[in-house]
Amino acid sequence: MSNWIDIAALDDIQPRGARVVKTHLGCVAIFRNGEDQVFAIDDACPHKKGPLSEGIVHGNAVTCPLHNWVIDLETGMAQGADNGRVNTYEIRVKEGRILLDGARLLARSVA
Amino acid sequence: MLQKLVVIGAGMASGKMLEELLALDAGAYDITLFGAEPRGNYNRIMLSPVLSGDKTYDEIVTHDADWYAANGVKCRFNEAVVKIDRKQKRIISAGGVTEYDKLVVATGSASFMIPVEGNDLPGVIGFRDLDDVTAMLEAAKKPAGKAVVIGGGLLGLEAAAALNEQGMKVTVLHLMGHLMERQLDSAAGYLLQKELESRGIRVICNAHTNAIVGSDKVEAVLLDDQSTHPADIVVMAAGIRPETRLGIESGLHTERGIVVDDAMQTSDPDILALGECVEHDDTVYGLVAPLYDMAKVLARTLIGEAAAFKAPEVSTKLKVTGVDLFSVGDFADEHEEIVFRDPGLGVYKRITLNNDRIVGVVMYGDTNDSNWFFDKLKSSEDISDIRGSLIYGSAAQGIDPLAAVAAMSDDTEICGCNGVCKGTIVTAINGGATDLATIKAVTKASASCGNCTGLVEQVLATTLGDDFVVPTAAGICGCTDLTHEDIRQIIKSTALKSIPAVMQEMGWKTSCGCHVCRPALNYYMIAEWPLEYADDLQSRFVNERNHANIQKDGTYSVMPRMWGGMTTPDELRAIADAADKYNVPAVHVTGGQRIDLLGVQREDLPAMWADLNAAGMVSGHAYSKGLRTVKTCVGSDFCRFGTQDSTGLGIKLEKILWGSWTPHKVKLGVSGCPRNCAEATCKDVGVICVDSGYEVSVAGAAGMELKQTVALAKAATEQEVIDLTVAFIQLYRESAAYLDRPYKWVAKVGIDWVIEQVVEDADNRAALCERFEISQSVYRKDPWAEQATPDYQTQKWNALADLTLEAAQ
Repeated sequence: MSNWIDIAALDDIQPRGARVVKTHLGCVAIFRNGEDQVFAIDDACPHKKGPLSEGIVHGNAVTCPLHNWVIDLETGMAQGADNGRVNTYEIRVKEGRILLDGARLLARSVA
Repeated sequence: MLQKLVVIGAGMASGKMLEELLALDAGAYDITLFGAEPRGNYNRIMLSPVLSGDKTYDEIVTHDADWYAANGVKCRFNEAVVKIDRKQKRIISAGGVTEYDKLVVATGSASFMIPVEGNDLPGVIGFRDLDDVTAMLEAAKKPAGKAVVIGGGLLGLEAAAALNEQGMKVTVLHLMGHLMERQLDSAAGYLLQKELESRGIRVICNAHTNAIVGSDKVEAVLLDDQSTHPADIVVMAAGIRPETRLGIESGLHTERGIVVDDAMQTSDPDILALGECVEHDDTVYGLVAPLYDMAKVLARTLIGEAAAFKAPEVSTKLKVTGVDLFSVGDFADEHEEIVFRDPGLGVYKRITLNNDRIVGVVMYGDTNDSNWFFDKLKSSEDISDIRGSLIYGSAAQGIDPLAAVAAMSDDTEICGCNGVCKGTIVTAINGGATDLATIKAVTKASASCGNCTGLVEQVLATTLGDDFVVPTAAGICGCTDLTHEDIRQIIKSTALKSIPAVMQEMGWKTSCGCHVCRPALNYYMIAEWPLEYADDLQSRFVNERNHANIQKDGTYSVMPRMWGGMTTPDELRAIADAADKYNVPAVHVTGGQRIDLLGVQREDLPAMWADLNAAGMVSGHAYSKGLRTVKTCVGSDFCRFGTQDSTGLGIKLEKILWGSWTPHKVKLGVSGCPRNCAEATCKDVGVICVDSGYEVSVAGAAGMELKQTVALAKAATEQEVIDLTVAFIQLYRESAAYLDRPYKWVAKVGIDWVIEQVVEDADNRAALCERFEISQSVYRKDPWAEQATPDYQTQKWNALADLTLEAAQ
């Protein structure tokens, strides 16, 4: 069952930017692309744990600031020749507010 | 007895619904229609052509009083309904009480009046009905009248174009970064803005309205940046607000709109609703196509047939004569995209794909194939077979990689050094100069720094056609085939002042670039248009966005500036205190004569900066493509061998240069005598003091490559040293490729050309210094002080939310 948690306003994140949500098991990065879509993925690159929330956002991808791995924001998959994946989380925007599925986050902390 | 049906609202949705209902079963109900406007139903989406004078009111009427009478609908126009009494199943209006068996609410929407002072002044007009249009046309009669349109969406732009047609001086104020941001991406938004501006309409994006000013009627609009825009009328087109008052007051379930299910039923089984006043599946609609679908469903529900409304794909076309624009689908929601740009014709097309199916289309300038694409989107056709030629539409045509150069006018400057325009080169080619060497000899184009060689070759190719083969030069990234040098020259010569403008005019192959090209373009914009361009932090690498150097574990290093490598006991104490207070794990003395605090947590950055600021220190920019350090020795102040005040000169240079952005990092050294203790001769600019004055040399390196500096000039005074250094750095800023250190750039353009520009041509030197100073009027500031403020704390540095504080469930 979903458990939508109101995280913040969409405008609290710059277009083509990201901010983090702290959880018991590390930070989740919340991205907003140039077209006001939001994505939630773990804030750690599968390569060397670089903070993806600090990367440059282009299209629906982010480039890790440490070694330029490119991660697809929708699937969490590393692009190009690199192999790896980060967790993605259900997220939506309703009436200008960002809602994150807490059930999924909680399930992760129990697992 | 016939069931009584009452309809509130005589707009397009209810008109269509009645048409459908009467066609299904003309005798099903005894119908009464209430309308607040004093007239029947007209095609509201054609109000723009009425405003521009292309159509008259009579031409857009769809259902007049005669039509309703002929179909037995009792009309109560000009009579607003004030209350729904659900218990007794009746409504109350000026004319009294009317009973119903079934009630349909179709109250539509009103213009959203942005909540600022003065929004109720006479002269502030919405754009929803014929009365609004009449008021605007009245205002347009005044000679040289001024109109301000608030809102650069579909409605606002149609109003702006129409008022412009009527002879008014129109300014559009748009809150967002580009026009029609809900339907268009930034590239198409840029083309649209360019077209409207060419018609004389002023467009201001990122415009935050502060107040509407006027004593007894509207006089001007004031923005947050304190600029004022005179206005005889202000058109509010910042969005619509569903008209839900009747729903709320009668206790119907209402969110943004009156909530309906798939059958258009509200929370009351005898009340249905449709149109812009309803909310279906969390969505409120403002375009006509879905409203017509609702009308068909509601009519069936009324006669007891099962029907369900399903949100349709909605396409958008702007009704402005001469603007071809099409948008459909969720073009944000792509896995992949295909982009086509023809800068010469001002065409932009973008298709977004998911799983080999089209999910979104944006077209500007050429919408001939819009229906072809729309059909494929609606039918979810698998396009994998035709993917290669998909973007060219139903009649496939090739793309011309030389379009950007072909589109340039003859007076566009190709060679900045020698002032050679495209026309001169074309004339030379037609006169027999058919290779690069001859062009150089005849016209002097690309004969100096050589940065424009690529462009000259492209002019050769477009002029000679197949007879000339362009030597392949690699593009800067997968988004373009152009080189850094090409891009810089085109930015200059065609005055491109935004990243979307560059991407469109140079035919970028992606919609918003990548991590390679965006930082480069952002730098070129800053360097070329320091006063006009606003730095785009989202196009910057993390270090320049956070003003600290990211380390392998995601922590940062903090390094305050020590001017010329000098410090004081107080500064050292403040650094030590900061290291203690923020548990800094490592303190390191760098080769650039300053102290690095390593391993700082991101969230501690602003507080640490504030502490260092309080002790009089500023950012050392130890993370930027900009001025890093000026290393000095103690010079004639203390040293037995010192010939000049090298420390003092170093400090002066650093205070002039700090904060400036450059293609790559820049380091200086000033040594007080030829023993060279400051190691000045492996820096980007090195100064050696001698008895007779100063020796200035440039383009050294001590990194991946080791290079001694080469002599630039001898100088007699400190001021001469400063001028030579500033002019050299400005020339580097204006002409080098992003991420080329000065030694790489000088190797490309040649030291002789640099000496010509900086040393031999005194006027040019002064002009370079002047341009540097103009740029520094914006950028010579401490980013730490700017970002260690409460505003930045909440908008940037704090986590968006902290779920560790939530009680475990």
